[in-house]
Order: sequence, then C-alpha cells, then structure tokens
Amino acid sequence: MNGEELTEQETALYDRQIRVWGVDAQRRLSKSHILVSGLKGTVIEFCKNIILAGVGSLTLNDDRPVTDELLSANFLIPPDETVFGEKSLAELSCESLKDFNPMVRVSVQKGDLSSFGVDFFDKFDAVVVSCCSLNTKKSVNEKCRKSSKRVAFYTVDCRDSCGEIFVDLQDYTYSKTKMDKMTECKLQYPSFEEAIAIPWRSLPRRLSKLYFAMRVIERFEEYQGRMPGQTSAADLPNVLNLRKELCEAHSLSEHQAPDALIERLLSGTREFPPVCAVVGGILGQEVIKAISGKGDPLKNFFFFDAMDGKGIIEDIGKTNDDA
Amino acid sequence: MATEQQLSAIKGEKVLMVGAGGIGCELLKTLALSGFQDIHIIDMDTIEVSNLNRQFLFRQSHVGQSKAKVARDAVLKFRPNISITPYHANIKDPDFNVDFFKKFSVVLNGLDNLDARRHVNRLCLAAGVPLVESGTTGFLGQVTVHVKGKTECYECQPKPAPKTYPVCTITSTPSKFVHCIVWAKDLLFARLFGDKNQENDLNVRSSDASGSSEPAEDVFERKRDEDIEEYGRRVYDHVFGYNIEVALSNEDTWKKRNKPRPIYVRDVELAEVIQQNGNLDKVSVFSDPLSVSAMTTIGLKNPQDVWSLAENSRVFLEALKLFFLKREKEIGNLTFDKDDQLAVEFVTAAANIRASSFGIHLHSLFEAKGIAGNIVHAVATTNAIIAGLIVIETIKVLQDDVKNYRMTYCLEHPSRKMLLMPVEPFEPNKSCYVCSETPLTLEINTNNSKLRDFVEKIVKAKLGMNLPLIMHGSALLYEVGDDLEEDMVANYAANLDKVLAQLPSPITGGTIITVEDLQQELTCNINIKHREEFDEENEPDGMILSGWTQALAQKNDETSKENGASTSNVSQTVSLEDEEDDELQILPAFSGFAGNKRKLTDNANSSSSDLSCVGDENKDCDDSEAIVMLDGYGERKKCRVQ
Repeated sequence: MNGEELTEQETALYDRQIRVWGVDAQRRLSKSHILVSGLKGTVIEFCKNIILAGVGSLTLNDDRPVTDELLSANFLIPPDETVFGEKSLAELSCESLKDFNPMVRVSVQKGDLSSFGVDFFDKFDAVVVSCCSLNTKKSVNEKCRKSSKRVAFYTVDCRDSCGEIFVDLQDYTYSKTKMDKMTECKLQYPSFEEAIAIPWRSLPRRLSKLYFAMRVIERFEEYQGRMPGQTSAADLPNVLNLRKELCEAHSLSEHQAPDALIERLLSGTREFPPVCAVVGGILGQEVIKAISGKGDPLKNFFFFDAMDGKGIIEDIGKTNDDA
Repeated sequence: MATEQQLSAIKGEKVLMVGAGGIGCELLKTLALSGFQDIHIIDMDTIEVSNLNRQFLFRQSHVGQSKAKVARDAVLKFRPNISITPYHANIKDPDFNVDFFKKFSVVLNGLDNLDARRHVNRLCLAAGVPLVESGTTGFLGQVTVHVKGKTECYECQPKPAPKTYPVCTITSTPSKFVHCIVWAKDLLFARLFGDKNQENDLNVRSSDASGSSEPAEDVFERKRDEDIEEYGRRVYDHVFGYNIEVALSNEDTWKKRNKPRPIYVRDVELAEVIQQNGNLDKVSVFSDPLSVSAMTTIGLKNPQDVWSLAENSRVFLEALKLFFLKREKEIGNLTFDKDDQLAVEFVTAAANIRASSFGIHLHSLFEAKGIAGNIVHAVATTNAIIAGLIVIETIKVLQDDVKNYRMTYCLEHPSRKMLLMPVEPFEPNKSCYVCSETPLTLEINTNNSKLRDFVEKIVKAKLGMNLPLIMHGSALLYEVGDDLEEDMVANYAANLDKVLAQLPSPITGGTIITVEDLQQELTCNINIKHREEFDEENEPDGMILSGWTQALAQKNDETSKENGASTSNVSQTVSLEDEEDDELQILPAFSGFAGNKRKLTDNANSSSSDLSCVGDENKDCDDSEAIVMLDGYGERKKCRVQ
C-alpha cells in the first residue's frame, strides 16, 4: 500500500461505496484520523459507520467502567460481567470495533478529554465529542481551532427520543457537481461558543424548539455541576425557572422551549436505539463529507425528534441582523 | 418517548424481517437493542465480499454462508436472551403462506427487488398484517407504512418500470454510454456467447439498410478451422467497421446527427497484442473460469483507468480469444454476469469501441461494470438511518398509533431545511387491483393469442403472480402447483398452446376471466375485449392491460427527437434489467396521483406540498433511479459564497 492507489482488496471491499463517493474520496478517507469521546449509543453507531467507510484510524476516549445503562444501546459489548474485568468502556468497545474492518486502526486514548492540549488534537482530521460538559465542548472546540491544520469538530447528544449535532468546519472549501460541472464552494462556520452566544431574538424565525430546550438544559447541568443526562422529571421546576430567566434575558417567548419538550428531555434518560441509529448515521455521513471534501456539509446544527420524525438543519451563526 | 409504554408494546410481539442485507443487518441490530424479543428473519442469499462494507454483522470468514443465520448469531452475542429464528430461504417459497404470515404482528421489508416486494405486500394484505417497507440507494432512502384499509398498499402507486431503450437507439443511434453498454451486453455478447436461438436485433439493421443478401448469420459463427485471431478480427471489422458503414449509407439518419466513424482493426495500433501472444501461457494458472482475465494477460491493472481505443481493441480481441480458448464449453449458454471478469472486460471493451465510433466519452471497467450490472450504490450510513426509522414506525404500528404513521424520506440535499422528511401516508387507492380488487380490462386478439402468451405476458410479467390459477366461470383453464393429478397437468399443458377462442371453455370478447394466486391469496377479474390489430412497434405484446398501474417506462430525452412525434411511439425496447444484488430502491412515482395526496401535518413553512417525480440530476451516474421528492427538492439550496 503506497497510500496513493487503492489496493485490489480495498477496491473489492469498498466497491459499492466507491460508486457513491468516488475513488478520490475513498483515498482521503483511508488517510484520515478520527477521535471520538463519550461512547454512548449514538457515538457507537457513528464508530461503526466510519469504520465500515474505511477511515485510516479511529481513536476512542472513554475511561468509564461499563454499566448496564451505558450498554443499553451498545451492540459491541456482550452483557457478560465476567469479560468486563477492569476494562473501560473504550477498551471493551475497541476490541469489537477492530473486527468490523481489518483495514482500520482502532485504538484507545486514556485520560480526561479536557486535559489534552492543542498538539493532541492536531493529530486528527475530525473530533467528535459526546456526553461532556458545556465547558469541555467549548474548550475542545477552541483547541481544534488553534491547530495548525483544520480539525473538524462535532458534538452529538441524544436526550429522550431527540438528538442534536453541532458542526464546526471553520473555513471550509469543498467541491460539488452541479449540472455536470464541478464548482468550488466556501463556507464559514462559527465555533460552538460563538454560535450559542448569538442572542436568541436575532436568530432566524421558526428555529427548531429543540435548540432552545437543549441550551436551557445544558446551562442547567452546567450550573448544577452535573454530567450531561444526569437529570430527571424532578428537575423540571428549576429548569423552568432557568428557562424563564434565559428567555427574558434574550427577549424570547418561553413558548419557544415548551414545557412538554423540556420535561421529555429531562426525564427520558434511557437511550432510544432507533434515534441513536438515525443520528449516528447522519453524523457518519457528515464526517465522510467533511473528510472527502465532497457534497454539501451540514451547517451547523442538526436536530432529530422521533416524535414528529423530522430531521432538520439549522444555520445558527448568521443572524437576522447580518442581512 | 422511549418509555415503558413502548417497551410493553414491543414485548412479546413476533416480527418478521424479510431480508438480511444492508438494511436487514442494521434493522436486526436496532430491533434487538430496542427490546424486540421474537424476531424471524428470512434471506435466501449468502454473504459476498462486496457486502462487507456495510453489512456489519458479517466478516470475511463468513463469505459464502447464509446471511440470515450469520446475522442471527452475531446479534445474539450482544443480546443473548432474545429469540431470533433464521430462514435461509426464498420468501416466495410456498411454505411462507398466509398462515405463516398471520403469526406475526408486523412484517418489515429490507428487500432488493420489486418482485419480492409485491409478493410480500400481497401476503400481508391477505393475512391482515401491517407492512413496513423500505429502500435505499446511495444517500437516499425511504420508509413507508402499509396497513390494510388504513393506508395505501405497496402496489397502490405505480412503480417505475425497469429502464428501457428503443431498439433503434441501441442498434443505430446511440448517444449515451449506457446505450453502448446495452448494445455490447444484450446484443453483441448475447449473439456471440449466448443462446443462438434467442431473438437478437444485432443483424437487423445491416441487412435492411443495404439490401445486401449476405446472410448475416454467418458472420458471427467461427468457421471450421478458422484461426482464432482471424476470427476475432473478422467479428471486430464487421461490428465496428462494416455495420457502421452500412448505417452511414442510410443518409436520412445522419441529417441531424453526428456521423459515426467506422473502425477497423487495421486502423488501430495493435502491435503489442501480437507481441503478447506468448503471454497466453499465464492463463493456465487460473483454475476458476470466472477469474480468466484479458486485462491480466495484456498487463492492464487498474480497473479505474479509462483505456484508449487501442487498449480497448486489445482487450476486445483478447477476451474473445480467451472465451474460445479457455471457456469454449460455455459458449452458447453464457449470459452476462457482473461477477464474470472476462464478460465484464469484453462488454467494457466493446462498449468503448462503439462509443469511440459515435463520439461518446469512454469509461473505465469499474464504471462500465456498474452500468452493465446495474449495481446499486450503497453505503452503511443510509441503511442505519433507514433501519432506525423503520423501528420508529414499527413501534407506532404495534401501538396502533394510526394518526402518527409517517412515510419518511431520507434526502441527500435538504428540502425546506429537512434531511429527514416525514409525510403523512396516502389513503388506499380505490382503483388498486391488489388491495381494492378492482377488475382489469385486457384488449387482446382472442383468435390468435395463445393461453401461454397470456400467462407469460400478463399473469406473470404484469400481475406478478407466482402460482397462478385461471378460471372462466367454473371451468379451470390453467393451474400451477405440486399436488396436481397427471392428467390435469397434461390438460393444462395442452391448454397453454391453444388459442384463447379455442379453449375448452372459449375466451372471447365480453368474457370475464378470474386469475388467482393461491399463495398470495390475490384474485383479479379481467374483462376481455377482443381486438383484431395491434401495432407491432407501439404494442409489442400484442395485448393491452388497463386499469393496471405501472408507470410508463422512463423515456430518454432523445426519444422524442428521434421520432419527431409523441413519445408513445417508442416501444420496442431493450431493457437494462436490474441485477438483484443489493438494496434496490423502488421509489414510487406519484405523478399520476396528484389528487390523492395529503399534506404534511405541520405545514408551518409552506402550504404546498405537491409530490412530484424528478430525476436526481446530481448523480454523475447514468442509471440513477427516478425518485419521488416533495416539491422544491429540485431547486437545490445555493451554496453561500462568503
């Protein structure tokens, strides 16, 4: 393998997908390095997708010990405590993921995500974080931005039967085919911190209500020092108070983050595997697009709610005032 | 929503999955994780290498084994306490009858072909079991829910017919590479290596145009003791040189078209081929006939490269020679198979040489194989998303949550900000012959059409019946089954060769006949209308079935130009058959049913939600399927340049 031409083995294995995205994209995929942190169901789905797609390497970060709750949407680890030993969620997942595609290097990086420096993130082409605090999201995003080359940054979180993806591709140029002609497109992404700092009243009208509900809960967890998802219906009164505060500060009607939706998100802490599959699938497609430089990437939030079945893209960065 | 309520709806329910391929693997995993405990899964296929990029329950070591069984074992590893029952079988087997279907609360399709989808649809209707149907191709996919009496059935909407091309486009006036492929595969390859008794249009044009009396038959026959190299060049010169010259002599054809260029072996730099004769020795190392390769003996390596005219010519001659030297026994019985390396090489080379003649862009072997084998584009992510959506719908079906059923499209480009777009399901189509038992009408010449023609062209090809029974009043005219008496079998065989009007119980104009499929429990009444004449070009079947909803074959742009008349002029066609290899997408074309549609529940953004049928012009591949999208799908969001 000289890294330039696909081997016969690769051509045979990837035949069907090369027919979707082309040989160049496949070559770029096979040279790419991906980091994931926070291995719950959605991220596990993502890992499967990206390994099948044939990335160069995948690094897993999650030192948590295995629990029943963590395995509720995990199809990598047999529910057999005798095999768990002292191993972490990342270590056990790694063993199974390796089998999915012998051409992908899968490894574990121990340690606290927030403790890694810029030079650590510099090794990757895409970083996907989940189940981490608001502060960690912001700081990892900033470190990716400080890297010498572009490191695509993604966050993904599911609550109840809803999911959210955030994408930061910084300054991104890609090609797309329109009417048989290749054209070059440029996009500018805000960081996570920049995006969520945009005053709510200046956001596009009819923005997905999930956006506001997720921001309120995220802030609540931050204030309370809780891990993401460590919530219950009992938190509802406090969260509604916080919503009121935030909505007043932003001059936004509280209806934009309805009670019923917030209650669902607080109480539905058990993962819903079909949503993990849907959101992990969309995320996989987005990372493939960003690495291959082909196809319109998502900019910059994606929301899915199994209740209404809609998978919606929201562009939060540009404000009404920009126009 | 992932609640106790849902878990209790799931618990104890028996579900049937049809298909353990791309969607099937993802679906079985997601069902198991979601708490389903009694899953039956059917697939007749075994695992192939090209499945491994997305059918993640399978490994290299499983190649050749039953998909259903390996999938079961893989899922039991992480959910050991559930019950999964695999069947390595064809869903159309008589064992899987209505009683079998009745055992299930819901049926989930992850199929790859129209025929099996229709079959399952009928069994679900007959058994009164809800069906969740799905399909994907590339980044596109869809999930639909079919519940008898509540939503449309799978066959309520016309389905896009396999793409067909007018014969004259293929034989005389190709304008796209796919036309050259169809010519190389269905005409030239079939003529040289297939069944000699099959009808083949390859010769027709050369003889009508020149009026030459040369019996074209002989050209393709290798003469006794003819040198193989000599023979190859003779075939080459005939099809790429002489036939083009003949076509050129018909000047009218070329008034508005670019003239093709005849190509003869002597025009092409073949020196190296001659030098390389010695290389044939290498071939003997291959034991598997499917691995004999002209590319290898010539020294071409990369299937992604586009070969020059000279290289294509070398591959053509070499492949032809190898068929005669290494696979002579198969000649006369070969049909094109995308996994047959030498056949793919021959067809690629022949199509490219023809493309050179006609000034059409040449293509690589990889691309040509995709077109010739009609290989469906497939990625893991779309299958995973679709499987998730299937489970979401399945849970609603089990909760009988009818008002929340949705059909969902997975799009490549967002439409009104949506990548996943739910739409309310359609109501049953009252004129659907499958779920509403509406009678059909058949125009046919009852004085010269045989029962056999009716069975083949209508009952099997159009009505999709598997084990048909044909009755006129109480008289049984035809039946298929294992348990028939010998004299009945003889009787039916005799009937097949009889003209309709001369059957023991004659079928004439005004007759109503009943066609039934006992396995599908589907009955159709057909009103017979006698008609003397049929137009050979426009009505090649010699019979017209109406009240039957199949979309018109997709027409090519140039068709209308060519005929200078309405597009319905075309009909003698060569079809590019689907290779049933993968998750073939069958997206219904809704264009004829605009009056039936319902709106999106939440139409905050727009009040119009017309369904329309648009081609996905963004794909660079020629054989992209027609796909149904909501209005606005065609106008892609412009890229913001900042």
